[in-house]
Amino acid sequence: MTSHKVSVFRREHFCAAHRLHNDMWDEETNSRIFGKCNNPNYHGHNYELEVKVTGIPDPQTGFVADLKNLSEIIRQKVTKRYDHKNLNLDIEDFKGINTTVENIAIVIYNLLRPEIKPEYELKVRIHETNKNSAEYPA
Amino acid sequence: MVYLTRVEHFNAAHKLYNSSWPKEKNEEVFGGCANENWHGHNYELWVTIKGVPNPDTGFSMDAKVLSRIIKQLILEKVDHKNLNIDVDFMRGKMTTAENLAIGIWNELEPNLPGEVSLHCVKIFETPRIFVEYFGDK
Repeated sequence: MTSHKVSVFRREHFCAAHRLHNDMWDEETNSRIFGKCNNPNYHGHNYELEVKVTGIPDPQTGFVADLKNLSEIIRQKVTKRYDHKNLNLDIEDFKGINTTVENIAIVIYNLLRPEIKPEYELKVRIHETNKNSAEYPA
Repeated sequence: MVYLTRVEHFNAAHKLYNSSWPKEKNEEVFGGCANENWHGHNYELWVTIKGVPNPDTGFSMDAKVLSRIIKQLILEKVDHKNLNIDVDFMRGKMTTAENLAIGIWNELEPNLPGEVSLHCVKIFETPRIFVEYFGDK
């Protein structure tokens, strides 16, 4: 129809446990910097993941991305693997990476980027709570 | 009689795991919720009390006071905690939303001002799953 860029969005969610911890620091520093998020027994969140794909709609289909396909990609690469898991203990992607909302956004972006056609822009926003979220790339 | 509700939030880890069952049975009954390394939620807690508005203040109960009681008795124990390990009033119980609502009721009920009574403890485990407990009366 036109050659204007359009963004499409897909939301998915997963429930996971985590804690903020820097293995290079002693327990006291971890506790001082990360406060209650450092609880050794973990805490958790209902994470909401918002994936944004931007590009010119395909002239044949009218789609930037088939949202059913996009949903399936997000499920296979992210939510099926992360849901009802402990991000620190169960997920290889976070080995040596602190599970802050910032780092979760970067890790998920890197998982999804190869799955989206290079000519389309990708942005990932992850909501840890209703009030806290991170977006990558910024 | 007027019902007053205060909404609070907390984030916690838990798992559904009956330790008197073998691992296979836990996985069969509780699925992903039985993950031994925990998972977690953003819980939303609704506490509803009922009372007759005081003629001088117009309040059934000062909502700030209700919030303070919930924070002291509940949120300090559960927020950023592991419900199975860290929370005294859930010790030895399955940490389902149902049992959590009952546990929270039992903590709050004896500690409210005499002129109001607890009506409902409602807990959202996710935006799509919630339970309500109205006491055993």
